Amino acid sequence: MVGLYLLVFLILVAICAPIIAPYDYDDQNQEKAFKFPNREFWFGTDNFGRDILSRMIYGSRVSLQVGLISVGFSALVGCTLGVIAAFYRKCDNLVMRVVDGFASIPYLLLAIAIAAALGSGINNLMLAVGISTIPAYARVTRAAVLTVKETEYVEAARSIGTNNFRIIIRHIMPNSLAPIIIQATLGVGNAILIASCLSFLGLGIQPPSPEWGAMLSGGRIYIRDYWHMTVIPGVALMLVVYALNILGDGLRDALDPRLK
Amino acid sequence: MDLIPVLLGVTVLVFSLMYVAPGDPAAILLGIDSTPERVEILRHEMGLDRPFIVQLGLYMKNVILHFDLGISYRTKTPVINEIVSRLPTTIALTFISMAIGVLLGIATGVISAVKQYSWIDKITTIFALFGVSTPSFWLALMFVLVFAVNLRWFPVSGSYGLKYWVLPTLTLGSQAAGIVMRMTRSSMLEVIRQDYIRTARAKGQTEWVVVMKHALRNALIPIITVIGMQTGFLIGGAVLVEAVFSMPGLGKYILEGINNLDYPAVQGTVLVIAFMYIIIMLAVDIIYGFVDPRIKSQFIAKTKGA
Repeated sequence: MVGLYLLVFLILVAICAPIIAPYDYDDQNQEKAFKFPNREFWFGTDNFGRDILSRMIYGSRVSLQVGLISVGFSALVGCTLGVIAAFYRKCDNLVMRVVDGFASIPYLLLAIAIAAALGSGINNLMLAVGISTIPAYARVTRAAVLTVKETEYVEAARSIGTNNFRIIIRHIMPNSLAPIIIQATLGVGNAILIASCLSFLGLGIQPPSPEWGAMLSGGRIYIRDYWHMTVIPGVALMLVVYALNILGDGLRDALDPRLK
Repeated sequence: MDLIPVLLGVTVLVFSLMYVAPGDPAAILLGIDSTPERVEILRHEMGLDRPFIVQLGLYMKNVILHFDLGISYRTKTPVINEIVSRLPTTIALTFISMAIGVLLGIATGVISAVKQYSWIDKITTIFALFGVSTPSFWLALMFVLVFAVNLRWFPVSGSYGLKYWVLPTLTLGSQAAGIVMRMTRSSMLEVIRQDYIRTARAKGQTEWVVVMKHALRNALIPIITVIGMQTGFLIGGAVLVEAVFSMPGLGKYILEGINNLDYPAVQGTVLVIAFMYIIIMLAVDIIYGFVDPRIKSQFIAKTKGA
């Protein structure tokens, strides 16, 4: 439940960003640069004098956006592929070979390669992260659909002449959703991590847009003296992904049929 | 074996990726000297104006027959030489981190499972989850901050001696340990409930033997699969760690290649890494066959029967 509360808090922060952020994320104030957390700037300021708290708040928007949209894209494409592979056994081999091809490149590397090929920017980032995580959804969906396909109610539906499309939508999909949901929840955390890694390397979101990974990278040269610039975004990243992982684990414990 | 189509597919994938990348290689190579006519001539020389399929075919022929991964745009030397010189660093980084992760992970996982719900279990589970949730580059930076800057125990970057390897491998190892530990714990928990464990205890076996010999052996199977998959993740993570610690490995090479738009270098490295990963997965499958007596006996029955 902790995970859920943390997540809700994060979503609220992200949505209300313009209201609660004390300064604009772009407000540069050179005289007040490099300050440690104090009463005026709760998280301190960075090398351009921008308030880190505000950048963190706006950054939460970016991270959430990237996480949710890339997982949505990934799940959509992946699940479609999985369903096609499992349902139409003739294409199974071909589809899974293609998916295996994507899966044989470590996903971080694949994301880096795609981001490098497409260029920087938030849309390309979401695309890169989304594409690199497709294989997981395809495999999970395929396994779930294969199991559900053999059940009796599907057989019954088929025998009264329901066409394939209806069977998939009304019977197979709702019953295979559980592992997909678990994968997706864990996947959002993973996507946020990948996105921050890419931004850290300079491949994703460019400054001055606030993104936690990019903030980490920006603060890296000052780490000796002004460590707050790197520690704070990292802690936030850790907490968010941690919350999502706890949530995913909890969901898995609740939905896993073996433990029922 | 169905390994070959996957390898071919990966080659096509990587090549296509670089093909669609923005930027004209010929123009980049010529740099300041480029005029439209000279760019055209260079493009023709490099074969860049031929159709996609022809370029793809040529590339694949070079890779498969001659192990020729092309010439690096930046250094004008064969990519394969540069990759080979950097490969040992990355492989060493990956394997040492893997070893640390596996040892730590299995040890803590076993303890956690045996003493379920004790405070040891709770603490290690939380740590493992943090290990999974932390971005590796941030963990690396934190290690640098605490150990190198403040305590001055270890050096910050480079890879010229044993001391230099401690921080990078610890970073990657912690992440791997987290995942291995969770898998070990859940696998052991499942195994411990089995009847044969109860039998072993009833026979009067010492707890140590019961845990190590019976439970762990049987719990190892899914753990081995996870370890195999972890190698892939570690290779990717090695890229980040090499970037932070400035180690001369493949990860840094890819990053430099991307920043310099050195497409053959990036292409070749991704390909090599993918091949390594596939081979590791294959090795894991084979080890699986030896470790799991059920698969082993199936295999023996097949070869005897044939």
